[in-house]
Amino acid sequence: MTFLTTGLGAHIRSASIHGKVRGGEHSARSVLFLIALWLCLFVAFGVLLTLIITTLIDGFSRLDSRLVTEYPASAPERAGLRPAILGSIWVIGATALLTIPLGVAAAVHLEEFADRKKWFNRAIELNVQNLAAVPSIVYGLLALGFLALLGVQNKNIVIGGALALGLLVLPVIIISTREALRGVPLEIRQGSLALGATPLQTVWRQTLPASVPGIATGAILGLSRALGEAAPLLVLGALVFVSFDPNGLLSGYTTMPIQIFNWTSRPQAEFHELASAGSILLLLILLAMNGLAIFIRNRYQQRW
Amino acid sequence: MPTKTRAASYTTGSDQKPTIHFPAEHAERSAALPTVPNAIIECKDVNVYYNAFRAVTGVDLSFGSKEITALIGPSGCGKSTLLRSLNRMNDLIDGARVEGSVTFQGEDIYHKEVDAIEVRRRIGMVFQKPNPFPKSIYDNIAYGPRVIGLKASNMDDLVEEALTRAALWPEVKDKLKQSAFGLSGGQQQRLCIARTIAVKPDVILMDEPCSSLDPIATSRIEDLMYELREDYTIIIVTHNMQQAARVADRTAFFTALASEETGDRTGLLVEYDLTKKIFESPADQRTEDYISGRFG
Repeated sequence: MTFLTTGLGAHIRSASIHGKVRGGEHSARSVLFLIALWLCLFVAFGVLLTLIITTLIDGFSRLDSRLVTEYPASAPERAGLRPAILGSIWVIGATALLTIPLGVAAAVHLEEFADRKKWFNRAIELNVQNLAAVPSIVYGLLALGFLALLGVQNKNIVIGGALALGLLVLPVIIISTREALRGVPLEIRQGSLALGATPLQTVWRQTLPASVPGIATGAILGLSRALGEAAPLLVLGALVFVSFDPNGLLSGYTTMPIQIFNWTSRPQAEFHELASAGSILLLLILLAMNGLAIFIRNRYQQRW
Repeated sequence: MPTKTRAASYTTGSDQKPTIHFPAEHAERSAALPTVPNAIIECKDVNVYYNAFRAVTGVDLSFGSKEITALIGPSGCGKSTLLRSLNRMNDLIDGARVEGSVTFQGEDIYHKEVDAIEVRRRIGMVFQKPNPFPKSIYDNIAYGPRVIGLKASNMDDLVEEALTRAALWPEVKDKLKQSAFGLSGGQQQRLCIARTIAVKPDVILMDEPCSSLDPIATSRIEDLMYELREDYTIIIVTHNMQQAARVADRTAFFTALASEETGDRTGLLVEYDLTKKIFESPADQRTEDYISGRFG
C-alpha cells in the first residue's frame, strides 16, 4: 500500500467525487453529437414512414381478395396479382433449391476442409465477400449471357430467373453459413473426432445440424432480398402481362415486383392504386419472412 | 535397476529445426526409467513440434495396460501436448508434428498406413471442459457406436451399460431424451466418459478432466477412474498432485526447460516411477521441489 503515501495517492483521496467530469456526456460536443445522431435517425425513419403511410393510403381501397385471385387485365378494377404471386413462389422456390445446397456445401468446404494457407482459398474467400456487394442487375446480365451461351432462345423461363436470383443470393448464403459453422465450438468437433468419427461424419452429424438455425436465418434473409428484386429479371425479359398460371421450371412467368413496376408506369390512377396495394402485399410477405428468420434464430439458436 | 543418463543437447541437421542446447546439469535425467510390465503404449524419443517450436523433447515413456498413469508438472511442460499425440489428436492442429515413435500394442500409430480415425477408436479421449454434444443424453452415448458402425444388437442396452459403467445411470435413467446441457458440470463430464466407453476403446486419455469441477464431482470422477481401471488403461494429465497421488499407479513428472539461446521452453520428462515412489522418495531434486510445492 505504499502508493497511497505518494503525492498522487494523496490527491485522489482529497478530491471530492462530486461534479461533472470534463468532456463527459453533458459537454457541448457530446450533446451536439447526440443531436446529429438523432437527426440521422429521424431522416431515415421519416422517409420510410412517409413511404409506407402514403402507400397504405393509396392502396388500401384495392387491398381485397381480387388482388390475389384475378389475372392482370386492361381494366384496373378486374386486374389482380395472381400470376405474379405464383410466379414469385415458383422463382423463389427454384432459387432456394438451387442455391441452398450449393451455398451450404461451398461454405462447409471453405470453413471445415479448405487449407487457409493456400492462396486460392483466400482468393475465393475475398471474392465471396465482394460478390455480396455486386449490384443485382450484373447478375441478370450474367445469367443472360449464360443462357445465351447454352443456346436458350426464350429466356423468360422460371429456371432462368432462378439462375439470376440464385447468383444474387449465393454469396449471402455462403457468408451466413460460414458464420453459423464458426459459431460451433471446437470442442464439439474434437469430441466427435476423439470418438473415432471421420471429419465428414463430424460435419454431417454435429457441425451442420448445430448450424441449421444460422443457415436458415441467412437463407431466408437472402431469399427475401431476391423476392423484392425486379432488375435482373427485367434484363432476362420477364413478361409484364401474364394471363396464365406458371406451371413448371420452363414456364413463362412474372413476379410481384415486375407487375408492380408495370402498373406504376400506366397512366391511369386506378393502376397506381393497384401498384400500391401490390406493394403492401409484398411488404407484408417480406415482413413475414424476416419475422420467421428472427423467430428461428431466437427459438433454435444454440447457446454454448 | 540400470541407471541411464541422457544429456539433453539436441542438435539437428535440418535448417528449419531449432538447435536447442540445455544446460547439461539440468537436463540429466537422474532416475532410471522403470520397465513397465505389459505396456500398451510406448513412446520412444518422442519430440512434438508446433511448426519450428519444440513443445516436447525426447520423451521415453511406457504406459502399462490396465493401469492409471498420471502426467504431472508445471504449466507449459508439454504434458497435454504429449497426451494429445498419443491418439493423434495433434493431427488436428496446424503445424503440429510428432517425431520419434509412439507404438500402440506394438504398432506405430504414426505409420503412414495407420488411419488416425482407427487410432482414436482404440484410444479415446476425455477433455478438460465437459463437451457434451447438443443432443439428448441418449444420443450423446449412441453417437460413437453409430458413427463407427458398431453393430449393437440393442442400442438401448449399450447406452444403459455405458451410463452404468460411468456411474450416471441412476441419475439420468428417467431423462434419457432430455438435452445433455441440462446436466451439471460433473454429470456432463461423466457423460463424456460414458460416451467414450460406449465405443469400447482400450485406452482412455484424460486431459485435466476435473479442472472445471467442484471437489465432490471430482471425487466421483476419481472413484469412477478407479473402477474403470479394471478394464481400461487410463492416462491422465492433472494439475492436481493429490489427484495423481490418489488415483495413479504410476506417475510421470515433466518440467519445462528454457533454451539458453532462444528462451523457448520445451517439455522434458524428469522422472517416471510408481506413484508411491514419486511422492515419497523422488530420485530427482526437481520432482521433490515440485511435489512439495517449492516451485511450479
